[in-house]
Amino acid sequence: MNRKPLIEARDVTRVLPGPVPVTLVWDINLTVRQGEFIAIVGASGSGKSSLLYLLGLLDVPTLGAIFFEGANTTELNREAQAKMRLAHLGFVFQFHFLLPEFTALGNVMIPMRKKGALGEAEIEREARALLAEFGMEEYAHRLPEELSGGERQRVAIARALANRPALILADEPTGNLDSKNAQQVFDIFKRMAEKNGQTVVVVTHETHLARQTHRQVQLLDGRIAANG
Amino acid sequence: MRLILDIAVTHLVHRKRQTLVSVLGVAMGVGFFIAMAAMMQGFQRYFVSKIIDVSPHIIMKDEFRTPPRQPVEQRYANGAVRLLNVRPRDERRGIKNGMVVIDAIARQPGVAVAPTLAGQIFLRYGTKDVSATLYGIEPDLERRVTFLEQDLIAGSLNGLHTTANGIILGSGLAEKIGASLGDSLSIISPAGVILKMKIVAIFRSGVTAKDNYESFALLKKAQILQDRANVINQIRIRLSDINQAAALARSLEARYDYRTESWEETNKNVLGIFVIQNGIMYSTVSAILIVAAFGIFNIITTVIHEKERDIAILKSIGFNEDAIRGIFLLEGLAVGVIGTMIGWVLGYGLTELLASVRFSVEGFVKSEGFVLYYTFKHYLIAGSFAMVASLAASYLPARKAAAVNPVDIIRGGV
Ligand SMILES: Nc1ncnc2c1ncn2[C@@H]1O[C@H](COP(=O)(O)OP(=O)(O)OP(=O)(O)O)[C@@H](O)[C@H]1O
Ligand SMILES: [Mg+2]
Repeated sequence: MNRKPLIEARDVTRVLPGPVPVTLVWDINLTVRQGEFIAIVGASGSGKSSLLYLLGLLDVPTLGAIFFEGANTTELNREAQAKMRLAHLGFVFQFHFLLPEFTALGNVMIPMRKKGALGEAEIEREARALLAEFGMEEYAHRLPEELSGGERQRVAIARALANRPALILADEPTGNLDSKNAQQVFDIFKRMAEKNGQTVVVVTHETHLARQTHRQVQLLDGRIAANG
Repeated sequence: MRLILDIAVTHLVHRKRQTLVSVLGVAMGVGFFIAMAAMMQGFQRYFVSKIIDVSPHIIMKDEFRTPPRQPVEQRYANGAVRLLNVRPRDERRGIKNGMVVIDAIARQPGVAVAPTLAGQIFLRYGTKDVSATLYGIEPDLERRVTFLEQDLIAGSLNGLHTTANGIILGSGLAEKIGASLGDSLSIISPAGVILKMKIVAIFRSGVTAKDNYESFALLKKAQILQDRANVINQIRIRLSDINQAAALARSLEARYDYRTESWEETNKNVLGIFVIQNGIMYSTVSAILIVAAFGIFNIITTVIHEKERDIAILKSIGFNEDAIRGIFLLEGLAVGVIGTMIGWVLGYGLTELLASVRFSVEGFVKSEGFVLYYTFKHYLIAGSFAMVASLAASYLPARKAAAVNPVDIIRGGV
């Protein structure tokens, strides 16, 4: 595979300042190419979420830089980073975060409405299609509080895919799903990577799922212990 | 933009009670302002229009603002001369060449002028003795300068011509001495002249001070009474544009030296009270709106606190700081707009209510209820006040929301 690097961490270190500084990740060098589907694995507290926030431009490295399509994003201002997240990134949080006052459909529509590239009717059609992919079309008009944990998680994943992002970052997206649904999510990720050329970085505890990806990056105490 | 509005609306709709309280706060501020403004401005405008109708717009009197300078002072302006115990010359009072001055003033466009001799008199009727001011007037000129003729409730201005010794009394004055139309009374002047005069008309202007203390007779009769043949001591002027009064008064005074007052100056005590009144009104309403603004500040701060996680999500999706700030400013604005609209209705209702109240007072002017002044301007002023207050109240919390760092929230988990 000789594709372009999509996202790169170069010598990235993130230290939380404070009376006792906490090192979240240490000297990370990682390149993820376009169309790649990789898993980040490691023990709890090893820094998986922290690395994902950095790759998702939600956090800024203390040292080093994150490059997106060869451009240094660490130098960008917050406004430009927000624009980039909207256009190119989809984030699934470890704890499914949905807007409680919006229905499942409403939640999935938000990124598309914010982007404003499509008309309202088209947005709704796309959002329904996304929900359908995760078997959630019947729950389109339910509020998050009327959904189970697993159902919410699937809505959150659908929302992350809403603007057809070049890079999908998912933090334990299958944590609340049964094995059938978990497998389905991974199948969708795989298809997005292989058919659409989207890049997927997923954190997971489950080794049998991690093994289905193209590559596994092992974190240990904030450092990369294995890559491949 | 639609999306931001949607989010803002859901936040408010999910906090109905709090939203309602804030909205009502704004509505009350706006409503009270409109009602108070209608009432106060109504009264003030009524009063001013009364003054403008009833009295001349400019009065020139046979007085000087500064006492005349003595010849020796004029000669040695900066000399070491000091005069004490100067007895002023017993000058003949009155406006010199009054009729010439009148002709000169009358030549200006939009100006009506009338000569007057004002003086104190006693009215004696039966056993009653009442003091009053008598104005000697030329009816044909007077009717162009004041609304005396329109204010007559009995008799006519021409009665002054047709009756040998006619006098016109204010309604309050007539009541005080217990005389009515057609009655004859004795008029006694400080000069010692006594004249039998017949009441040919009675006026009621609505301005208490005038109705209770003023009377009118022909200029000639007044001059005889006061023993001041051919003298006038007031020139009364009416303008077609009252806004010119102050300027014209100044230029006349500069030219003729006599103290010349515009209606604003004559009534400056009352107009000064109006300024204070308006100040009180504005501070009361500001106080209400400040309380309302705290309500808005409170609800938006609460929303932002509860919605920290949502803000983090929106930011992770790619909402920039402007968009986040916009959501909460919009919430404040929405409370302001809805509050203003309810306040407009409330204000309209309150003014209608005030309009239906009936009572009778005799203060500066007589009135039988609130005189209300309706103007779209009050609605606009109240609305803009409310908008500014609600935007100011939401600005600080909105700025704080925009500064939220999503990872700080998300790292906290759950
Ligand atoms: N706000 C914080 N203050 C102090 N330490 C923190 C903070 N956030 C994270 N850490 C620490 O940083 C390390 C990395 O955390 P991170 O959430 O990235 O781990 P993780 O690999 O995602 O763990 P898990 O599998 O449990 O989600 C952990 O040891 C954690 O305790
Ligand atoms: Mg984690």
